[in-house]
Amino acid sequence: MLIPVTKGPQLVMIGAVSAFMAVCSLWISNPYYQLILSTVPIWATVALTWNLFSGYTGLISFGHATFFGLGAFTVALLFIKLGISPWYGLMVAFMVGGCASVIIGSITFRLRGHYFAIAMLAYPTLFIFLFDWMGWQELTFPIVHDHPMQFMQFKDGRVYTLMGVGLMTLTLLLTLYIERSRFGLAMMSIKQNEMAAQAAGISTFRVKMLGFVLSGALGALVGGFHAVVLQVVTPHGVLGTVVSAQALILTLFGGVGTLWGPVIGASFLVPLTEGLRAELGHILPGIQGVIYGLTIMIVIIAAPEGLYWKIRDLLNQKGHESPKLKKERQQISLKCVDSTHVSNSNILLQVAGVSKAFGGLQALNNVNFEVRENEILGIIGPNGAGKTTLFNVLNGFQIPDAGVITFSNQNTTGQGPHQLCSIGMGRTFQVSRPFLRMNVFDNVLVGALGVCKDSDHAKQLAQQALDKVGMGEMNDQSIQSLTNLELRLLELARALASQPKLLLLDETMAGLGAAEVEAILQVIQNLPSQGITIVIIEHTMQAMMRLVDRMVVLDHGQVIAQGLPQKVMAEPEVINAYLGKKWMSLHASH
Amino acid sequence: MYIIVENLLQRLVTGIMVGSIYGLLCTGLGMIFGVIRVINFAQGELMVLGMYATMFIGGLLVLWLSVGSALGAYLAIFVVAAALGAVGWLIQKHLISYVSGFNASNSENQGHFAQLILTLGLSLVISNGALIVFGSSPRTVQSPLASSSVTIGPFSEGDILIFLNQARGIGCLVAIAVSIVLYLIVQKTRLGITMRAAADNPKAATLMGIDIEKSYATAFAIGTAATAIAGGLIAMYYPFHPYTGFEFVIIMYAGVVLGGMGSMLGAFWGGFTMGLVQQLSTYFLPFQLQNATIFLLFLVVVLLRPQGLFGKNVERA
Repeated sequence: MLIPVTKGPQLVMIGAVSAFMAVCSLWISNPYYQLILSTVPIWATVALTWNLFSGYTGLISFGHATFFGLGAFTVALLFIKLGISPWYGLMVAFMVGGCASVIIGSITFRLRGHYFAIAMLAYPTLFIFLFDWMGWQELTFPIVHDHPMQFMQFKDGRVYTLMGVGLMTLTLLLTLYIERSRFGLAMMSIKQNEMAAQAAGISTFRVKMLGFVLSGALGALVGGFHAVVLQVVTPHGVLGTVVSAQALILTLFGGVGTLWGPVIGASFLVPLTEGLRAELGHILPGIQGVIYGLTIMIVIIAAPEGLYWKIRDLLNQKGHESPKLKKERQQISLKCVDSTHVSNSNILLQVAGVSKAFGGLQALNNVNFEVRENEILGIIGPNGAGKTTLFNVLNGFQIPDAGVITFSNQNTTGQGPHQLCSIGMGRTFQVSRPFLRMNVFDNVLVGALGVCKDSDHAKQLAQQALDKVGMGEMNDQSIQSLTNLELRLLELARALASQPKLLLLDETMAGLGAAEVEAILQVIQNLPSQGITIVIIEHTMQAMMRLVDRMVVLDHGQVIAQGLPQKVMAEPEVINAYLGKKWMSLHASH
Repeated sequence: MYIIVENLLQRLVTGIMVGSIYGLLCTGLGMIFGVIRVINFAQGELMVLGMYATMFIGGLLVLWLSVGSALGAYLAIFVVAAALGAVGWLIQKHLISYVSGFNASNSENQGHFAQLILTLGLSLVISNGALIVFGSSPRTVQSPLASSSVTIGPFSEGDILIFLNQARGIGCLVAIAVSIVLYLIVQKTRLGITMRAAADNPKAATLMGIDIEKSYATAFAIGTAATAIAGGLIAMYYPFHPYTGFEFVIIMYAGVVLGGMGSMLGAFWGGFTMGLVQQLSTYFLPFQLQNATIFLLFLVVVLLRPQGLFGKNVERA
């Protein structure tokens, strides 16, 4: 069964909206209203397919027109040049869109954020020039007299509207299913923090690619359908910036990364555009664009995250989060592979001769140390000593230039973060960026997804992790209501949920007050007894001295001392390099 | 043989001239994008406003000062820079600031989504507003320079002759001069240092007593002025209409990304490369594919060197 029963309310909603549109389209005979009615579901679907990737992963694309246009041209060319019916053409368009996504994705995923968004602009532009040059300035579908149905040519325009509604309904169902799946959560965790997602064991490239392919294939499908409805295709009409912009505007206006946002946007803005064009366009050309532009500007200033969230926030102010949400969340469907690992040795992590340089800067220089099971190892050093680089190398964000890293008796040098995570290497970050629109429990559940594929098991792990940090009762709380301390604990819980054997903590206590440090210390101190080994970077020396079993001191990328805290701190080299003369004089005065 | 060399040299020279003007265009955008981290879709429309402004103010100056139409147009550029700078300041201060910086720091994605919509809306309002006010027919800044040229050569015993279009040539010189001034402002002056600090780390900059809202507005004003000047220079040899912004905004962004975000110089050279490649490609390819080459080049650079030709920023890769 693809769709679990508990998406009930949303399913009913999808059914109701689709039925409403279908009934309207059958009932209204005025051809002008019929035209508007047929464009709403098409544009809603375009926006939905854009939202499917960009909305959930946060990687905004300015090039969605590529897929829309390729779909349109595929259907048109197959029909006009080869006489292949659009019924088959649409299937080919779907595949063309998917293949194009794979190629475009593998090139463009090298970029992030704004750069990804802008680079995507290049593709539709390229195709416009190419198709113009090929002489395809305007492709018109020939009219078929025998068996027009076989070539998707219907006399009654309402058939197209119904098909459009059907396409929209399918895309809505798919979005709903993905939103509630493990895959959907993985996409959302990329939006939150791609590095954290990788560290939580998610293969972000694969997740992004899958989302992109789905979005591209469906985008091409709806592009092809749009061509069938209009019976004419021009490069600027289907590949122009306007198409990409429309997908973006409709979604952001309605609410990005939500099921209903694109539909809300299309239902408001598409009739508005058409109405303005019909009523005012001939009186004062351009006035419709001005009004449209002003409308979206005003709405976005009033509701910067889109209408959907604005409405929801207004409703939520009255009562707190409904228990229904919790119920829905618990239905998230996951599958399971067990990942137990046995280690036979006392040494859990061995770092041998690891070096890493950035240009001329030797960030790590022949670093050697080991971490034993169930100990707490502290790493200290002045700013720029290479501490965070060391963590990045350990958990696979960066590949060392030289040296070998052995983790639970495997040579793990050069393995990626998500592989390392799945064999038990967890990590927190200096800056925690929780998922603002998810509650406490879901934030932690993301961490459990990397290692566990069974729905109940993942939820258990998430709950256990929350219990370990003392936040077991706060599942439904929203992130905005958390204190600074609770945010740190949440970050810790998320790392714990991935069942690490070794946990790398990057300045977990930075910026906290004494009482808060105390609370975190207690949580961390308890971890070794539960079979979790800790490596921690920290500046709060007081806390460090109390917490750790052993210390490694880094300076200029080299290990200058290691051993018991008291001993290490007494070594003159350490005092010199790290604490300096001021500390010495202070210390002497005591 | 000589004809090939002559053709190539001719395109090279034209490419350098057009490239310099594109360089200034991209420098303006690079300021806004680099300092405020806002994707401004309306940059192309602001350029178009610069084009119309140069045309009208140039015309007025010709009447008032009874100077020649070419001199009037170049004098107009100073006024245009000031006027569009003020427009840019107002846009940042009273529109973008609602959805950027501290106002957006708590919303998901730091307000990036809202910024996109806002600037897209703005671009629609400006381009369609221009359609209402100025009509859809293509315009140019009238000046005799557009159709006159300077001859270089002859070289190789009279076999090679190169023509410099005067409108492009002077435009190129003005663009380089303005770019150098902008570079010096950003690198050397207090204003520039505060802007760079605000770009690098807004929170730390605030703690150092820098009014980042003011820095942002200044950056937006300077960036808009630079793009408007470049628009004015282009308008002297290229017919424009209310929707010309759409053509150019893509070239601008491709140039900025191509050059890399490390410095203003990157943006300039990115734009320069765009213009140069665009002109050179006309020699090898049919006219319709002229612009396709620059985007192909853009993609190749993205693939081989994600940080851009001159960029050092690693976060993007």
